[in-house]
Amino acid sequence: MTIEETQNEIINDFSLLDGDLEMSVMYLMELGQKLPVMKEDEKIETNLVKGCQSKVWLTTDMVHERLFFSADSNTAITKGLVSLLIRTFSGHLPDEILTSELFFMQKIGMDRFIGTQRSNGFAAMIKQMKMYALAFKTKSQLHA
Amino acid sequence: MEAAALTQKPLVVESIRKEFPILNQKVNGHHLVYFDNAATTQKPHRVIQALVDYYSTTNANIHRGIHTLAERATREFEATRLTAQQFIKAKHSEEIIFVRGVTEGINLVAASYGRVFLKSGDEIIISGLEHHSNIVPWQMLCEEKGCLLKIIPITPSGEFDMDAFDKLLGGRTKIVAVNHASNSLGTINPIESIIEKAHKVGAIVLIDGAQAAAHCEIDVQKLNCDFYCISAHKMYGPTGIGILYGKKELLEKMPPYMGGGEMIRNVTFEKTTYNELPYKFEAGTPNIADVVAFNEAFLFIEEIGKQNIAAHEQDLLTYASQQLESLKGVRLIGTAQNKVSVQSFVVNGIHPFDVGQMLDARGVAVRTGHHCTQPLMDHFGIEGTVRASFAVYNTKEEINALIEGVDRIMKFLR
Repeated sequence: MTIEETQNEIINDFSLLDGDLEMSVMYLMELGQKLPVMKEDEKIETNLVKGCQSKVWLTTDMVHERLFFSADSNTAITKGLVSLLIRTFSGHLPDEILTSELFFMQKIGMDRFIGTQRSNGFAAMIKQMKMYALAFKTKSQLHA
Repeated sequence: MEAAALTQKPLVVESIRKEFPILNQKVNGHHLVYFDNAATTQKPHRVIQALVDYYSTTNANIHRGIHTLAERATREFEATRLTAQQFIKAKHSEEIIFVRGVTEGINLVAASYGRVFLKSGDEIIISGLEHHSNIVPWQMLCEEKGCLLKIIPITPSGEFDMDAFDKLLGGRTKIVAVNHASNSLGTINPIESIIEKAHKVGAIVLIDGAQAAAHCEIDVQKLNCDFYCISAHKMYGPTGIGILYGKKELLEKMPPYMGGGEMIRNVTFEKTTYNELPYKFEAGTPNIADVVAFNEAFLFIEEIGKQNIAAHEQDLLTYASQQLESLKGVRLIGTAQNKVSVQSFVVNGIHPFDVGQMLDARGVAVRTGHHCTQPLMDHFGIEGTVRASFAVYNTKEEINALIEGVDRIMKFLR
C-alpha cells in the first residue's frame, strides 16, 4: 500500500466516527494500545522526540532498504497519534517518506481533538521520522 | 460592610449562573462545565457591560484632561481604587497601585524594593508551594544582588512545614514572599503567623493573593502584611489588571519601577522629580477600561458575600473530593484541612493529559500539567495533576459530569 493509500484508509476509518469527539479520542487511545510494545531499553533520552510536551520515544530500523518505526509515549492519546504516523510510514523506502505529503490530519479534523501544543508535538514527530529517512538515505548513498 | 453582610440573601446558584453569559453554551456537544477557575474565572454580565459602557460613553485619557469625558473617566477609574481599598481594608487609597496582575506586582516589589534595600548575603524566603511568578522574580533578584533564596518545605498533605520555617528565619532574612492560597493544591496558608514571625526578625512580607481574593476575607491592616497582590481575572474581573497593595511608608521609600508619563511631577533634561503615591508607580496611560470594569467584579463579590461564596464552594469541594476518592485508582494531591475550592488529583497509570482531553471531549474544562509549580510537582514525584477548581456558579451536577468522565476513561484504559 502506498503512503497515499494508507492515508485514505485512515481518513475512511475516522469518517465512521461521525465527527464525535469523544469517540475519536477513544479510538485514538485504542490505536495506541494496539501499537507493538517498545523495548524498555529503547526508551532512553536519545530516542525522545524533541518538541513534544508528552514523552515520545521513536526508533527506526532498516530491513531490505525499507524503514520500520517503533514508538511509545507516556500519554495514551499521543501514542495513538504516533501510531497513525507509523502506520503511514513504516515499510516504505526513505525516498518515499521524504517525498510524501501528509494530508490525513486535515481530513480527519485532527485540530479538533489535539490542541496547539500537541499539534506542534505532532509536527515534531513527522520531522523526526523524515530526519531518520534522510539519515538512512545518506548512509546508503555513501555505501553505494 | 458588616450591616451588608447581615442582609445578604442566601446564595441561589441558578440565578447567579444567569449572570454569566459564557456558561450558557455547548462544548463538543455537551453543556459546558467550567472547572478551570483557578486559572481564570468567567465574567458576569455587569463586568462585560462596564467595558462596553466605558468605551461607548466615557473613553478619555485620565488625570490631566480638563474636558468632561476626561473628568468622568478619571472619576470612574479612581472609584475602583476606593472600592479596592475597602475590599482589602487598606488604610489609605494611595496604597493601592494598579498593575497588570500579581506577576507584575511581585516583579515591581522585587525590582524596586529589592534593588534598593537588599544586598549581597541577604536572604529571601519563599515556599515550595509557590507559583513560578513568586519564584522567578526573586531568583532574578538573588542573581543580581548575590542574595540567597530559601524554601519553606511542604508536608505530604501540601502544607507549609512551619517548624522548618522557624529555622529558616534569621537576621539575614529580608523578604518573605508566600501565597495566601496555593493555585495547584488549594491550601490556605497560615499567613498571619508567617507575617508575625517574619516581622520579629525585621523582614518584610509579600503575600501573593491571586488564589485567595475571590474566596478568602482579606484585611491587610489586621494581617499587617507589607505587600499584597491580586489579579482581577481570577475574581470575576477582566484580564490584564490587578492591584499591588503596599504599606504607604514602604511605597514612599521605594524608587519608581518604570519611567514615563503619569509618574512624574516635573521633567527637565537635567532632573526629573516624581509624582506622589500611587501615581509614582503607574507610568503611562493605564488600563483604564479594565480598571473601571474591575469595580463591578468587587461589587459582584461583595453583593453575594464572600462568606456565602466560600460556604458554597466548600460544599462543592467536599463533594468533589469525596466523589473522586471513591473512584479506585484516583489519588488526591493536596489534602490540607484548610483549602480554597481547588482539587488536584492523579489517576494511576493514566497521564493527566489523557484525562483532561477525555474530559474536554465531554465538555468539562479542567487544567492538566504542572500548573506553573514545577518544583511542587517534583516534590510529589509526579509530572503533573488534573486540577478541578470551583467558583460561585458551579454545581454538584457539574461535579457528577466530571466524575463520570474520569470513571469512563479509567474503565476504557484498563
